[in-house]
Amino acid sequence: MSSVDQPEVSQIDRPSMEVDIACVGFGPATGGFLTTLTKAWNENSADPAFESRVTPGMPLQVLCYERADDISSGVSGVVTRGQAIRSSFPALNPAEIPMAVPVSSERVMYLLDPIGASRRSALLRLADFFLRLGGKLVGMRDYAFTLPWTPAFLNKHGGLVLGIGQFNQWVGSQLMASGLVQIWPGTPVSAPLISGKKVEGVRLADQGVDKSGAPIDGFMAGMDVRAQLTVVGDGPVGAVGQAIDNKLGLPPGHAHREWALGMKFVIELPEDSPLKPGTVWHSFGFPEPEIFGFLYVHPERLVSVGIFVPSWMHDPSRTAYRYLQHYIQHPALWKHLKDGTLRSWGAKSLEESGKHGEPYLCGDGYARIGEGSGSTNMLTGSGVDEAWATGTQLGVAVIELLRAGKPFTQENLAATYEARRRASWVEHGAKEAENARNGFQNGIVKGMIGMALAGLTHGKLSISAHIPLPHKQLRPFATNSYDALKLKDATKMAIADGRSFHDALLTLRGWPEIPFDGRLLVTQQDALLMGGKVQAVPGFADHVVFRNPQLCIACGEKTCVAMCSGQAITQGEDGVPNFEREKCVYCGACLWNCGQSPDGEHSNIEFRAGSGGLHSAEN
Amino acid sequence: MANILHIVVCAGIVPDPLQTLEPITGPSGPGLKNEMVLPAVLDPWAACALYEAANLAAKNPGSKLWLVSLGPKAKLQQVMMTVAQKVPFELVPIDGPIGGFPDAHSTAAVLAESIAALPDLDRAKLLLFGGWESATRGAGVTLQLVGERLGITDHFQGVDEISLREDGSFEVLERVEGGKHQVSVCVGTPAVLGWATGNLAEPRNNPQVGMANMRTIMPALAKAKAAKLDSNSLSYVSVSLPKQQRETHVVKDLTPDQIAAELIEWIGAE
Repeated sequence: MSSVDQPEVSQIDRPSMEVDIACVGFGPATGGFLTTLTKAWNENSADPAFESRVTPGMPLQVLCYERADDISSGVSGVVTRGQAIRSSFPALNPAEIPMAVPVSSERVMYLLDPIGASRRSALLRLADFFLRLGGKLVGMRDYAFTLPWTPAFLNKHGGLVLGIGQFNQWVGSQLMASGLVQIWPGTPVSAPLISGKKVEGVRLADQGVDKSGAPIDGFMAGMDVRAQLTVVGDGPVGAVGQAIDNKLGLPPGHAHREWALGMKFVIELPEDSPLKPGTVWHSFGFPEPEIFGFLYVHPERLVSVGIFVPSWMHDPSRTAYRYLQHYIQHPALWKHLKDGTLRSWGAKSLEESGKHGEPYLCGDGYARIGEGSGSTNMLTGSGVDEAWATGTQLGVAVIELLRAGKPFTQENLAATYEARRRASWVEHGAKEAENARNGFQNGIVKGMIGMALAGLTHGKLSISAHIPLPHKQLRPFATNSYDALKLKDATKMAIADGRSFHDALLTLRGWPEIPFDGRLLVTQQDALLMGGKVQAVPGFADHVVFRNPQLCIACGEKTCVAMCSGQAITQGEDGVPNFEREKCVYCGACLWNCGQSPDGEHSNIEFRAGSGGLHSAEN
Repeated sequence: MANILHIVVCAGIVPDPLQTLEPITGPSGPGLKNEMVLPAVLDPWAACALYEAANLAAKNPGSKLWLVSLGPKAKLQQVMMTVAQKVPFELVPIDGPIGGFPDAHSTAAVLAESIAALPDLDRAKLLLFGGWESATRGAGVTLQLVGERLGITDHFQGVDEISLREDGSFEVLERVEGGKHQVSVCVGTPAVLGWATGNLAEPRNNPQVGMANMRTIMPALAKAKAAKLDSNSLSYVSVSLPKQQRETHVVKDLTPDQIAAELIEWIGAE
């Protein structure tokens, strides 16, 4: 028996227990899986298929472990077509789910730069010039050009605007009411238990340890939960998914190369706001050409406004919080938002590799579902419904295997779960989207052309490109260049006046200072205390680890510092960044925003299992 | 020699205080904006009482511990997924409303009725625990009213410590002005103890405890008795918010004394 190595505590007698199914991570994918399972059980709880194999005479023992300290702490404002969700809940009434509403209108906008600080190519500046020249005649208003139609592949009409935290809470309460499923929040899973190529369960994180994981007073060894089936739905930066990838490998040619950081505000609109619930805006062009944005209007005058900063934005100063503040101040948005109040914010990494990053979907004793299984469709910009669908596909497959009395082997899971997934709309969409975003590696214009080509031809045409590993996508600052000087100046500024590093970088690049008003425009540190605060339960080890300190010392970019959503990673005096667990929102951006690699494959930052993170329900 | 205790902890659930709590006046009186959107937690004061109770029960083999909680069943269930991992207990759920300013008399009547109906409860061994204050918008008197309804005459409030003696009597430390404690000795159970923070840290999440608790919690929730609180017994003369203010700035190279002086100056200016 061997488990994935835990450097902090390896030789300890651990408590263990046996269950039938252990799920890791509670999000839309696991929600779909457990909903499918419980619905079948509720229809006939006497069905012998649902008798526990590990506790005869009892119903199936199904446990789900979630890192966040509440199942409502999911972070995402979402617009989704919702076909899989509606399929699970045919009588779905969005009014029963806080922050949910049907999509009522949708538009796509190209945003010009009213400030003049963004890094626009000559081609883009020329396009901007002509748009400005055309003015209202060509549909320009408030420095925004609204596309005359929303491309079909982006269209979410008939879908739903959701707050994922609230959706998870709604799903979770129904699951727990069934009595079949237990969902344990505040319980991070540190690693899968792997024997040979078989996953035999999971190990919960140790408690009562210091920052490095060494036992201290009140040490409690993480339990080994042995399971017939381990359902891995811990998202793109989850410790279990990463460990399985590292230990068992990815399919040939596959890698997690493309990422984005999604960061958003939840803002309460002023009482006289004309924005109707269900309004959906997509944008591109500002604050940087590479940064896409969104605005979704929920009921009760709440709106989710956010941006996606992609890994193919090669600039090492890429950052999110300050950019988001500039984004909401764009004239096209600000006229609606300026009298609003910030209620909460959040951030998460999105795995945007699609099929290119798809892991083995199943193996002996385990199955992968959701975003971490490569289900997100990067052409349609949709992930929640796809994740839910993969969960339901696994649910149906598991019920089939239970009824047939077959074990959860790779062969059986491939014949049931993987086969269903391959034959489904999720797979068809993923294939269409497979190469849709390649062009972005060569710039925003080629990227948009490539995306349009793939979208309009259902993936038959696309632009080919080599996509390097994330740590190679960062373009280093050239020595003694203008950029290098900015980096040094920013470091000095950050040290001199206590401001954050990314804040200083953007100021030095010509972005105007943010006019803080204490209500909507607040410092990033204040944002950490708004809406839901960041939680870090004491007694857990640091989950962000710098593998080789010498590489950090030699690193000139320090993108991990610039990108950190919660300012949890800061400049260290010795050149190795400091990590403060108490500020980490668990977005995982540091994992793919490190320009160094000790082994040529992984970045120099290890993102392990941790407890806590953002604790906000209005998300 | 250990005493066998029957400890009942009354603990409400409240909107998570870490969320943005925005008071509003709705059709049914003062309340919180989007209250149903907010996750709930066990009232933090009562949570201290629960941890102290579990500690006491563990030290006195044969003792029993019940947690009596009133709230919407779905919210109770969600809260229990966290609380159940902390310490062993038996849940007595009461499916009722939360929100607004509940009437303490009405709430106490429901709680006392449920406690009195516990089949295995020996009232002579009863320690009734709860929070000294309440993070709900109750008047902070519910526990005392429950005790009175159960006919318990020994009441202690602001409790930080209880020490049991072999003869069944116990010593209690109650908070008084000036950061001191009043020491009382009670001849024995039954008694009401409204806890301040106590001395125990929040227990770590223990999956084994959680699994054991859930074997009784889920069936109890399924059978939770519905209760209706009297919503017409209160009228609101006025409601005001405590003043709160935040000023943040980054300082460097200041000594602790200088920071303290600045804080005193800031507080004095308010």
